Amino acid sequence: MVATSLHISNQQVKEALWSVSDPEIPVLSVMDMGVIRSVEVDNQNVKIDITPTYSGCPAMDTIADDLKAALSARGFNPKVKLVLSPAWTTDWITPRGRKKLEEYGIAAPMDETQDKMALLEGEKLVTCTNCGSTNTKMVSQFGSTACKALFQCEDCLEPFDYFKCLK
Amino acid sequence: MSSSNNNPVQHPLYQYLLMLGDNSMILGHRLSELCGHGPNLETDIALTNISLDLFGQVRSYFQNAAELSGEATSEDTIAFMRTDREYLNALLVEQPNEDFGHVIARQFLYDTYHLPLLNQLAGSKDENIAAVAKKSQKEAAYHLRFSSEWVKRLGDGTEESRSRMQSALEHMYPFVFELYKETEVEAEMKQQGIGADLEKIKAESLGKIQQVLAEANLTLPDLQPRFAKGKSGIHSEHMGFILSELQYMQRAYPNMKW
Repeated sequence: MVATSLHISNQQVKEALWSVSDPEIPVLSVMDMGVIRSVEVDNQNVKIDITPTYSGCPAMDTIADDLKAALSARGFNPKVKLVLSPAWTTDWITPRGRKKLEEYGIAAPMDETQDKMALLEGEKLVTCTNCGSTNTKMVSQFGSTACKALFQCEDCLEPFDYFKCLK
Repeated sequence: MSSSNNNPVQHPLYQYLLMLGDNSMILGHRLSELCGHGPNLETDIALTNISLDLFGQVRSYFQNAAELSGEATSEDTIAFMRTDREYLNALLVEQPNEDFGHVIARQFLYDTYHLPLLNQLAGSKDENIAAVAKKSQKEAAYHLRFSSEWVKRLGDGTEESRSRMQSALEHMYPFVFELYKETEVEAEMKQQGIGADLEKIKAESLGKIQQVLAEANLTLPDLQPRFAKGKSGIHSEHMGFILSELQYMQRAYPNMKW
């Protein structure tokens, strides 16, 4: 499923949403993460639906609070609701978001087939964010957060997170 | 039990949401006890991540239950303010951690049940339950993969790891049957197209258990199902200890919030 791009005509609202970053990956805006599901603007009232990457994502409350603060600061009256369906997938991360992940040292999710080969079959497919080598191995199925797995490069020895493909 | 009953707490859907939530919560709590105490860094991270996934589901189930039961109830009061007889989790999930073999045996047996359960609930007529299930399916598949691999690694490892894994299985296996045994609430929910068909889950779960144990060179325990009524609120003595820790903050400082 490809994320439907959000059309937000109100520039101030748009600016507020882009200003809120993912608390666990601070270089990434919540807009880049694709966790903003819908936005309705009615004069000063703004209704936003957000969706978690993983069920227990501890960042959701912070994201909701940060969105409210960003909008309130611009004179809006925000309402934020958490929705589960349809479930978030890694396809909702924007191309810009993927690039920023890589620059931050987190390998961006590969497509489903390659992801499975890397995580289950131990195929050397994940590219090291430090040196670009694919001579990498999985160290742990789970990483610093539920959405990532821990990898290590066998050339430069750098450990790094890989953002798992979720479909 | 009839769906025309007006007391929301007696409502089958409310009870069903508690059953789903309590299994995830008590297992999640057991896993959280390992935070900082895992046998190594990677398994420590993995087990607490699994715990987090489970607690994510719990919040959704309890939020839905709270909506059903009216304004005096919240996800927190449901999680923290009940007495032990009001918790409807199966006895498997309250079994203590003991050693890593026990942790993995309990997790593996639960995962073989949990994944087919969520696969069925994804088609539930209750759209809230369906949404939680769809969100959690992939997480549960990942948990099952993790626990299956550890069963194989320990079973097919050293003499010590094999004997510990086998003995952990002997302890946990008799408890798995309670998960497949339909209560009145589950029968009612199945009939309404909301709940899962436990017979189908049983076949899939036992099939997976046999397959993985064979690959792990472990022996399927030849043991009778344990008499267990956790899903009706009758718990083992472990439950009181779990709750005293789980509920401590809310009991000591009622209505506290983070």
